[in-house]
Amino acid sequence: MFLEQLLNGLTLGSTYALIALGYTMVYGIIQLINFAHGEIYMIGAFVGLFMVSVLGTNIIVAMAGAMVFCMLVGMMIERVAYRPLRGKSSRLSALISAIGVSIFLQTLLALIAGINTRSYPNVINNRTFDLGFAEVSLLQILILGLSALLMIGLQIMIHKTRIGKAMRASSQDLDASYLMGINVNRVISFTFAIGSALAAAGGIMVGIYYNAVWPYMGMMAGLKAFAAAVLGGIGSIPGAMIGGLTLGVLEIMGVAYLTSSYKDAIAFGILILVLLIRPQGLLGQKVAKKV
Amino acid sequence: MPILTLKGISQEFGGLRALDGVDLEVEEQQIYGIIGPNGAGKTTLFNLITGIYEPTEGRIFFRGHDISNARAYQVASMGIARTFQNIRLFQKLSVLDNVRMGSYGVTRSGFWECMLRLPRCRREEKQVTQEAEELLDKVGLLEKKMEYAVNLAYGEQRRLEIARALALKPTLLLLDEPAAGMNAGEKAELMELIYHLQEQMKLTILLVEHDMNLVMNICERIAVLDYGRKIADGRPEEVKQDERVIQSYLGVEA
Amino acid sequence: MDELLTQYIDPYYLRLLILIGINIILALGLNIITGVTGQLSMGHAGFMSLGAYTSAILSMQFACPFWLSLLAGAMVAAFFGFLIGIPTLRLEGDYLAMVTIGFAEIIRVFFLNFEPGGKAVGLAGIPQHTNFLMVFILVVVIIFLNARLLNSRVGRAWYAIRENEIAAEACGVDTTRLKVMAFTVGSFLGGLGGGLYAHYMFFIRPQDFGFMKSIELLNMVVLGGMGSIPGTIIGATVLTLAPEFLRIVAEYRLLFYGALLVILMIFRPNGLLGDVRVYDIRKRWFRKEVQGHANINS
Repeated sequence: MFLEQLLNGLTLGSTYALIALGYTMVYGIIQLINFAHGEIYMIGAFVGLFMVSVLGTNIIVAMAGAMVFCMLVGMMIERVAYRPLRGKSSRLSALISAIGVSIFLQTLLALIAGINTRSYPNVINNRTFDLGFAEVSLLQILILGLSALLMIGLQIMIHKTRIGKAMRASSQDLDASYLMGINVNRVISFTFAIGSALAAAGGIMVGIYYNAVWPYMGMMAGLKAFAAAVLGGIGSIPGAMIGGLTLGVLEIMGVAYLTSSYKDAIAFGILILVLLIRPQGLLGQKVAKKV
Repeated sequence: MPILTLKGISQEFGGLRALDGVDLEVEEQQIYGIIGPNGAGKTTLFNLITGIYEPTEGRIFFRGHDISNARAYQVASMGIARTFQNIRLFQKLSVLDNVRMGSYGVTRSGFWECMLRLPRCRREEKQVTQEAEELLDKVGLLEKKMEYAVNLAYGEQRRLEIARALALKPTLLLLDEPAAGMNAGEKAELMELIYHLQEQMKLTILLVEHDMNLVMNICERIAVLDYGRKIADGRPEEVKQDERVIQSYLGVEA
Repeated sequence: MDELLTQYIDPYYLRLLILIGINIILALGLNIITGVTGQLSMGHAGFMSLGAYTSAILSMQFACPFWLSLLAGAMVAAFFGFLIGIPTLRLEGDYLAMVTIGFAEIIRVFFLNFEPGGKAVGLAGIPQHTNFLMVFILVVVIIFLNARLLNSRVGRAWYAIRENEIAAEACGVDTTRLKVMAFTVGSFLGGLGGGLYAHYMFFIRPQDFGFMKSIELLNMVVLGGMGSIPGTIIGATVLTLAPEFLRIVAEYRLLFYGALLVILMIFRPNGLLGDVRVYDIRKRWFRKEVQGHANINS
């Protein structure tokens, strides 16, 4: 029982982690809480659904399609709503702009797709395996496996490629990177693209796993993923992964063993407690006050 | 009795020793210069005195009180004011409000008094405003009192910071490279201003500067820091002739 | 009183005026926390709900006089504001923002499970004590006191914390204390606004005070111009009226609202009244006058 709950928690947590990565990468470079990120996740789920049920593609093509589509959406949002503000305004105005984008996209999808909850057709022949100590479904294995693959891919990209190096440099010091000849705008665009692709993958997985896709699904998921990013230490990529998994597991455990009516409060309660003890998050680095 | 005493002050940042066993004694109404190359630990020393950092080792005494572990606002309220190397004004407040803000530590009216404009608040407001205008007059900024601080020219910002520090009615004033980024003429003008303010207001001034010639003229006593250690201290002419100072500091020019 | 007014004013407009007034009170509270002191709070609706529920329950179940329940609601909100202010001892910027979001969500989930508050259904049949005159008087008094406060030792210290915390400390400001104070006062106004809202709307539900409500209030403060009282008043007015004007575009309403936020931030990044001061306007007019004379003479 406990191990099953743990597996459920890890499954949920890995989707939080996928979304949290987008928050944390963008934050690491331009210190913006990209509130529209939850909406990207929602759009990913919808595009996947559209491809599977209207275009009749298989789920792998649908996922690739949704990821590419969301990459473009993410880059476009950055271009239209954030770049014009960069450098000439406070971070708070960029935040409001992000909120504007978020409201816009939610409403847009509600107008296009209606506010009803939709569900994926049976895209995966789900089975459960009895491992002796716990039961695990094929879907869970796929979600965990795919999330792990994406996160490993991300790590390799960040540590082994040129653009990854540029991203790391930009998150250290954007101005210095610019002076060193890094095309900062391109790096930022790329960061939005990668973050959005991960969120889209998360959106499709959640859509299939919980069998529910609707225009307002991005709000709570986005908030919790942001909580996960902060929990891990915002700006830290491994932090986002650990934060996401931790929140997912604790939330499922809380519901299983304590109370289900407080489900949505658990994540935030944990977050507040952790921040009171460790203000910089689990893996965040303490920045010395420079005077 | 010295007004400020530092005993064996050391400061470490993650294994890096920024200051190493520094002793210092500043007498009342002295202008005391601290010089040294970049990275010698001068600003760190200021941050320790003003309570932004707590020393790893050693103790700091101000008029006999141990202030080693006091918080920054407590230190300020005891009468130690400072300026910052990288100017820290309240940019989107008016010049006048910047100076009025400086007197926060010497005024007392609280929330209710301020909101209801009770007598003490009214009295303090009047007094603070008047004093702020006098100070602005002294540093030559009275005409710009309604400008946003951020709109002032660089040299004006430096002077505004000094006026704000003086509003605290300090007995000890810490100036962190007040002449940085100024041309020779402006520097001389500023040093003159500092000299006059010290005389008029009976201040003790601790002055960080890395332009040695500038300090020689107005300081009665000078300490030289190098790599976090005090390598010399004494009267300007003594320091000038000190072997180690010449070697580590003036070496390049000599 | 309001019956008398409705002879002269369309009830629809009267309703809008009352809602604008309530939003001004709420936004002025948040303005103290975020606009003036610079502590990003994204959970103001949480304080609003505390005020709303506390006062509604007191009115309905304990037959408390309206003023007393209103005050009690505001006090409860202020107490929680004080509690939330304490983490600001250690948290900065967006970490604090996250704590305020989390706090407001926890409160919302609490009311979703709160028996005396009617759980998810909410409370219905709250006596409608809030009227135009009362809101009007409260708004005027609050603006007056707020303006005095901001133009005083305490208010200046709040602004100073926003502008440069280290320099503020160097002036002798106990920044921790002042931040907690800002949270307490701001939340008091949040609770007061919540109480007025509850006693105007007849019924309240937990989802009325969700994240979007907090964001709406934050928008009012930022849109008008951070830390400026006239700015906050304009922000609250514009954003209360915007959905009404956008009614003509029916279901596209929120679409426009979202786009409007982005466009406004691109063209007025410091808010509608950001950086606009009476002093500057006067100076500009004066200068023009001088130039005008010069032209005539030459």
